[in-house]
Amino acid sequence: MPLVFAGVCSHAPGITGRAERADPELREDFYAAMRRLGGEIRAARPDALVIVAAEHFANFFMNNMPAYCMGMAERYEGPIEDPEWLGIAPRTYPGASALSRRLIERIMARIDLAYAEEWQFDHGIMVPLHFLLPEADLPVIPVNINCQGPPLTPLSRAYEFGRALREACDAVQERIAVVGTGGISHWPATPDSGKINEAWDRDFLDRWLANDHARLTAYTDAETWREAGQGGFEIRTFIAVAGAAEGAVGELYFYAPIPIFAVGCTVARLRI
Amino acid sequence: MSLYYVQKLLYNLNRDARVRQRHADDFGDLLKEYDLSEEERRALVDGDIGLLYVMGVNGQILMHYAALLGYPWDDYIKSMREGLAKHGPVRHGLYLTTDGRGAV
Ligand SMILES: [Fe+2]
Repeated sequence: MPLVFAGVCSHAPGITGRAERADPELREDFYAAMRRLGGEIRAARPDALVIVAAEHFANFFMNNMPAYCMGMAERYEGPIEDPEWLGIAPRTYPGASALSRRLIERIMARIDLAYAEEWQFDHGIMVPLHFLLPEADLPVIPVNINCQGPPLTPLSRAYEFGRALREACDAVQERIAVVGTGGISHWPATPDSGKINEAWDRDFLDRWLANDHARLTAYTDAETWREAGQGGFEIRTFIAVAGAAEGAVGELYFYAPIPIFAVGCTVARLRI
Repeated sequence: MSLYYVQKLLYNLNRDARVRQRHADDFGDLLKEYDLSEEERRALVDGDIGLLYVMGVNGQILMHYAALLGYPWDDYIKSMREGLAKHGPVRHGLYLTTDGRGAV
């Protein structure tokens, strides 16, 4: 079936782990937008949710770092972090190993994708799923794009990965939703945690909402690092979703810097 | 230069309950398996988040180590600032400070 849904949201651990320290009104508006995205995913009646995330050394390390990896497990557990620290209780999400395998085989025609039959979710996936799938009642297929340990995949390849993912989703019988999680500008896990370049974020979102391939892939990593911090490398996940929804433009449901969450909190979808 | 192994140890700690148990039981024994400099070994034994940050341990890995050691959020951020004041700028990697001003 053609891909049924494409969206993006933030995943910073402070979103749940430091919830009580945020401005309550802003926080509740953000949470409501996250839940709205979750409701729209359900309304699209997907058989599985592919979540394109940028993990933080939960499963992948510099001893053997894939640029792209897709999960092929029957189930996934998380969070890998201390549940109290993250503010999310441990839980198990069902996978869809046979579907994963068919998607992976398709994608491999265009992208040298790694696969993993073991995968512990970190905040990059747990925080979004906490809002999007509170009942853990839809099969989940994780994807990781290495945004942490350089060398990193070029932005143009992230878009191309999205195209390949789209082609694979369109080719299988199941109805698939895709959500990307990450960034945008932020300086997490540094003394600057909480710094957000709102102007840069809004310019990036303009490019993303227009699904403007040329402008989305025009950044150099040096430029991103300077203007958007090392957290800005996670734009790869948003760019992959843009590739999966090529031709579609978007709608911004929420954007606001929430410094104690250490990120400009974002919820958006592309209307495929 | 064994920064890689410092990070590998912390990666293993973050993801494996058995390694965490060994950390709790006999950290010195666990450290023998990693090729570390004396400064790195000391920083790990002392739980010196500031020094580990300055050495260039990836921030994501270090954040979880600080949580494992029981650092409250604000103290963890403060420790990195103190590390910078004491040991100078971050020596390796991407997790540099810019204006040094964050949310806390
Ligand atoms: Fe992240």
